[in-house]
Amino acid sequence: MSAAPDSSSSAEGSTRHGVRIFAIWIVLAIVADVLWIAFAAKHIPPGRMSSTATGAQFDLNVLIEMVIPVLLGVWVYLVYAIVTWRASRGGPDPVGGEAARGNTTIEASWIAITTVIVLFLAGFGTYELVQPEGAGGAQGPNPIWTPSSHTVLQVQAIGQQWKWTFRYPSFGGFETNNLVVPEGATVQFNVTSLDVIHSLWLYQLGVKADANPGQNNVAFTTPQQLGYFNVRCSELCGIWHGAMYTTGKVVTPAQFETWATQTQAQLAENTALLPPYSLTYTPDANGADGGYYPTNDPYSPSETYGATAPAGS
Amino acid sequence: MTRGHRRPKFAESEGGAQAPLVNAGEAVAKGGRIGLAAALTIVAAAAAMWAFMNLMTQPSTVAYAASAGQVNVVMQTVGSYGKGDHPTWVSYLTKDAAGAWQHTTIWSVPAHTRVNVTIFQYDSGSPLRNQQIGQVTGTIGDTASLNGKPFKVYNSNSTDGVGHTFSIPTLGISVPLTGNDPNATLCAVAPCTTNFPHNVVTFSFMSPGPGDYPWQCFVPCGLGWLYGNGGPMGTVGYMGGFMRVSA
Repeated sequence: MSAAPDSSSSAEGSTRHGVRIFAIWIVLAIVADVLWIAFAAKHIPPGRMSSTATGAQFDLNVLIEMVIPVLLGVWVYLVYAIVTWRASRGGPDPVGGEAARGNTTIEASWIAITTVIVLFLAGFGTYELVQPEGAGGAQGPNPIWTPSSHTVLQVQAIGQQWKWTFRYPSFGGFETNNLVVPEGATVQFNVTSLDVIHSLWLYQLGVKADANPGQNNVAFTTPQQLGYFNVRCSELCGIWHGAMYTTGKVVTPAQFETWATQTQAQLAENTALLPPYSLTYTPDANGADGGYYPTNDPYSPSETYGATAPAGS
Repeated sequence: MTRGHRRPKFAESEGGAQAPLVNAGEAVAKGGRIGLAAALTIVAAAAAMWAFMNLMTQPSTVAYAASAGQVNVVMQTVGSYGKGDHPTWVSYLTKDAAGAWQHTTIWSVPAHTRVNVTIFQYDSGSPLRNQQIGQVTGTIGDTASLNGKPFKVYNSNSTDGVGHTFSIPTLGISVPLTGNDPNATLCAVAPCTTNFPHNVVTFSFMSPGPGDYPWQCFVPCGLGWLYGNGGPMGTVGYMGGFMRVSA
């Protein structure tokens, strides 16, 4: 049996190991964080196609930057312990070190560090949740965090089993299957549904808003890059939910103006048959042969969503 | 009982003598239990297999071959299929190359080919929940023909409304199928013949690259189902199916 270690040399050894572990950890953590920023950060979803997507990507990267040192702290200690204090074949039994219980330094450090991390994340997360303009999340009919821009393009997203349609009130209220938005303009999405609960998910734009029948749910974003983005329903809404997707497009302001003007003219005949633009709609009770749509309108400001009767009928 | 105390193999009888806890009868019961468990496992596996096979069952595929660079797809809609497991369900039917009506909504066409679609609409109609689907989109010229007359928009609140749509959402194709006079004697057992009131809607589009493209009706026509979107609206072979595009 080996002799009990001298307490002064034991403390000295612990300090030496602690310094080594800290040195390895701090170097690895800095290197890993720098490598992450240099090579991985820009690839983190949902990308940087809009102000809200950029914000979401930044938030994820901050969390990852904080997780990396914590993860490495555990791994470095684990590997160091395995390498340094393992029992060698045929050698003496390993001798245990001092018990951590009652070690005020360790306890205070542990509590202080974790408290700082948690409080920082709570504050950071709360702040990021509200900017810019609600971080792409829906804020209900009366949004609290609104954009500073005075020129906001209104686009209404209407969910229905099982497709999305989009109305542009600034262009006569035409309704189309295509979602096109201009680069650099702040867009206000007014999201609602004609039947069950859907959820509008504009993946690369970092926008997600539930579509509830009889409710208007507002979300903001400002597209920053030209290109295509996925439009999906992210709320299980029935048997063809999986087929309820399409592709949206961010174009230049000039291209958007051209597209909107041409589409307005192209769809004019059908637009004339649509109900007036409204933030919510109640589906026409006659709109489903076998449905159970309400026969009265429970939402007084709503427009009944059925085709208008032709003149003279 | 102290920690680590194991259950004794023998218990004391009233007279103090030890008696075995496991007797011959229980030993047999143990064997029986194993047999029962095996039997239940087999039954459960068989039930799972049966359910799986049923879930995997789908209607047959009608294959259309190109002729002179075009494909002619012919379908009909009927208010009630009239037979089978769901005689009251509204349904599409597809005419195969031999001219026979098949109760299927799966059909295949070659890629990058002009597809000419003819739909015989035998059902009644109603105003649409969203007039947006009252317009023709995604076809060649964004137009269709109703009983020989071209149209781009149909006001679903006029005359007999719209009964169904033929829509391939991923291709942006949507065509409203106008309804028939509900007071007339409409066809109630498929396949319907042209002796019954009907509308003929025709349109064309170019097939895309190879793949499976779901198509469906967007009018909630599932009579008696919540929001009209259950039952036949959610079942392949009735109001939705697949266009299989081959290379």
